[in-house]
Amino acid sequence: MASSNPNPVFRALADPTRRAIFQQLSRHGEQTVHGLTHHAGVSQPAVSKHLTVLKRAKLVRHRRDGRETHYRAQPEALAPMVDWLNVYGAFWRDRFDRLEDLLGRMDP
Amino acid sequence: MSNLAETSHALVVERVFPHTPQKLWRALTEGSLLAQWLLNNDFEPVVGRRFQFRREPMPNWNGVIDCEVSVVDPLKELSYSWVAMGLETVVRWTLTPAEGGTHLRMEQSGFGPGREANYKGAKYGWQSFFNGLERTLATFD
Repeated sequence: MASSNPNPVFRALADPTRRAIFQQLSRHGEQTVHGLTHHAGVSQPAVSKHLTVLKRAKLVRHRRDGRETHYRAQPEALAPMVDWLNVYGAFWRDRFDRLEDLLGRMDP
Repeated sequence: MSNLAETSHALVVERVFPHTPQKLWRALTEGSLLAQWLLNNDFEPVVGRRFQFRREPMPNWNGVIDCEVSVVDPLKELSYSWVAMGLETVVRWTLTPAEGGTHLRMEQSGFGPGREANYKGAKYGWQSFFNGLERTLATFD
């Protein structure tokens, strides 16, 4: 239905904590695990685990600076999901049109 | 007229049709009528019924949508799971009498194996996420 597979992105963002972390990075730029933990309301190991899932989906990138690792959002990785939403949106609107035609042809 | 109170919905299409709820309900629940506007299917309006919608196969997808009926409330609500390409969603139809006809609302939601957890309430629900998406993308241009 969509050109590229949206699953990894949807899966990564299926968890509300990961959505929160991703939004936090999107809105406030680069941050460390420590900084993210402060906002996320879950433990630091939990945040690290979530970051690993986000990295695998290419939604987050990291860079090392001495002993610190900085994370930032890669919103381009959302493209398959945006595509999926657009394609499905068009699919349903087209089906609504067809439904309207059918209703017109049906007996009252 | 439209009920947008839910926080986890993701994709909504709605329209008022100049027809009775009875007629719309038939178009939504009679397999042969459903096939004429939506997709080929072996649907039956029975809770727990597993069925499939079929699209034309594509290079990386066999075109099969696996579904299971979860809600059948005649003339009011119909709901089924919609699993395509491994992505599990729920399609929910609601019918509401409206001036001059019937308001039909389709909501496709879910987008993940887990249900919406109560993490900081609805703040990080899919809908708020999608609402913020445009802004998020814009910031990075």
